[in-house]
Amino acid sequence: MHILVPVQRVVDHNVKVRVKSDGSGVDTAGVKMSINPFDEVAVEQAVRLREQKVAMKVTVVACGAAIAQDVLRTGLAMGADAAILVDTAGVTPDALGLATLLKAVAEREQAQLVLCGKQAIDDDLGALGPMLAALLDWPQAVSVNRLAVEGGQVQLGCDADSGLEQWQLPLPAVLSVDLRLCDPRSITLPNMMKAKKAPVTTLAAADLAALPAATTTVLSVVEPPARSGGVKVADVAALIDHLQRLPALQA
Amino acid sequence: MTTTSPTLILAGHDAGQLDPSTARLVGAARSLGRAVHVLVLGPAGVAAQAAALDGVAQVLHAEAAALPNAETVARVLAGLLPQHGAVLAAHTLLPRAALPRAAALAGAAFLADVTALLPEGRVVRPMYAGGVLATVQVHGPVLMTLRASAFDAVGDAAAAPVVALPAITADERSRLVGREVATSARPDLTRARVVIAGGRGVGAAEHMQLVEALADRLGGAVGASRAAVDAGFAPNAIQVGQTGKAVAPELYLAAGISGAIQHVAGIKDAKVIVAVNKDPDAPIFSVADIGLVGDLFEVLPALTAALPAR
Repeated sequence: MHILVPVQRVVDHNVKVRVKSDGSGVDTAGVKMSINPFDEVAVEQAVRLREQKVAMKVTVVACGAAIAQDVLRTGLAMGADAAILVDTAGVTPDALGLATLLKAVAEREQAQLVLCGKQAIDDDLGALGPMLAALLDWPQAVSVNRLAVEGGQVQLGCDADSGLEQWQLPLPAVLSVDLRLCDPRSITLPNMMKAKKAPVTTLAAADLAALPAATTTVLSVVEPPARSGGVKVADVAALIDHLQRLPALQA
Repeated sequence: MTTTSPTLILAGHDAGQLDPSTARLVGAARSLGRAVHVLVLGPAGVAAQAAALDGVAQVLHAEAAALPNAETVARVLAGLLPQHGAVLAAHTLLPRAALPRAAALAGAAFLADVTALLPEGRVVRPMYAGGVLATVQVHGPVLMTLRASAFDAVGDAAAAPVVALPAITADERSRLVGREVATSARPDLTRARVVIAGGRGVGAAEHMQLVEALADRLGGAVGASRAAVDAGFAPNAIQVGQTGKAVAPELYLAAGISGAIQHVAGIKDAKVIVAVNKDPDAPIFSVADIGLVGDLFEVLPALTAALPAR
């Protein structure tokens, strides 16, 4: 089985994002960028399946500019066998555009399983897995936190609005994973050095698929009204006094 | 959303009761100034409940014994999209899986967790775990999940007609084989007026009883930070934050929660945030309206004893 893992390059999750002065977007100049943490979990799960001999090959794929090679090399250092950069020639595809390109890659690579993060921590959209599954006409599951592959079927534990659900899907399938699925391994220096020299296949987006027209455009972004810290009270009695005056606690 | 075609709402339900979020979605849809249709994939009783909501012009009903999977819901939505310029659903797990799939099938736009609908096809939604609010222009037909708590619910009115849809063809490839439902007599976390939450500072699963006792005293729900869930003090289902649930209660009390960005993202719509933490430098104090530097093992029982029962 060949597993494809799409990885996205996002503002590192420890960075407090700032809005550009003209409000046109988030300032990413000079900001630390990293692999999307949910995608990192997907890479880890894929590599574990290869180590368990359930999968034969793990390929990480990123769509964007050449700079996205850095997150591909993170995937290689974690144990992915191959990396593909889809060069979008300066265009930033939206979710549907990304899914369109990844469908072409999944078919080209004859992948039987796509593992991706349940959302990217920049747009928090969570659309990629279901959109890619739709275009491939494969079954899907989202927010996967347990996974086992048995005889051409995947057995899954997924988040539900109240509690957990167990799902069973035939392969091929697209699964989007939650952070709880597994803990990504830490990358050793020798593996990082090896990954730096590993080949990355570059494909031109235009050779894979025609991008659909953008369906949404971000017009402006603002910082939400900041919650300012309020009062600090001295003791429990003062806290009780404050709470008793809250409308929420009036009988 | 540039047409005058009706807005379609995907009703949430548990195969018996209509989810209260549906009344809020109708309230949101009415502001678009077009006819409001509600789609019920489920029992006829749920369709009747949806038909009674004020402002609903028509209910589209397809009988479904169990809850259909996301692939099936997506197929139905993609088929109905040409007659409806916009599809709205609550930001819960089934719509979050089904709507983007339907959008890709139909070549339409998808947006998640929308908090405001503006004129001329513009909407507001958070990005970066609530770190920024984006105003987004939609081009053409759109499917979106809405943060229901951001919209006002409509009441009941004279029943709208219920139109039967042809039987749905289920996509049976992915199958639900089991469910572990967290049963609780407490109110639903995402709708509770009061939420008491515990973090790593709680220290052990059995100490969550202190959090639960105060929640029960105040008629509230119990929440937990990711650190508490990861440490095994509390189940996944009650995790509050970016990877858990967003809450918007009138009172949120965080006990032993440091206040990581990801947690604060899930509570910023709370009206009043109260923090109790031993560490005076915990980041939670910078967002709390009322803070007490103190030991939750003393503070929580004192509050439970002193505050009036509800």
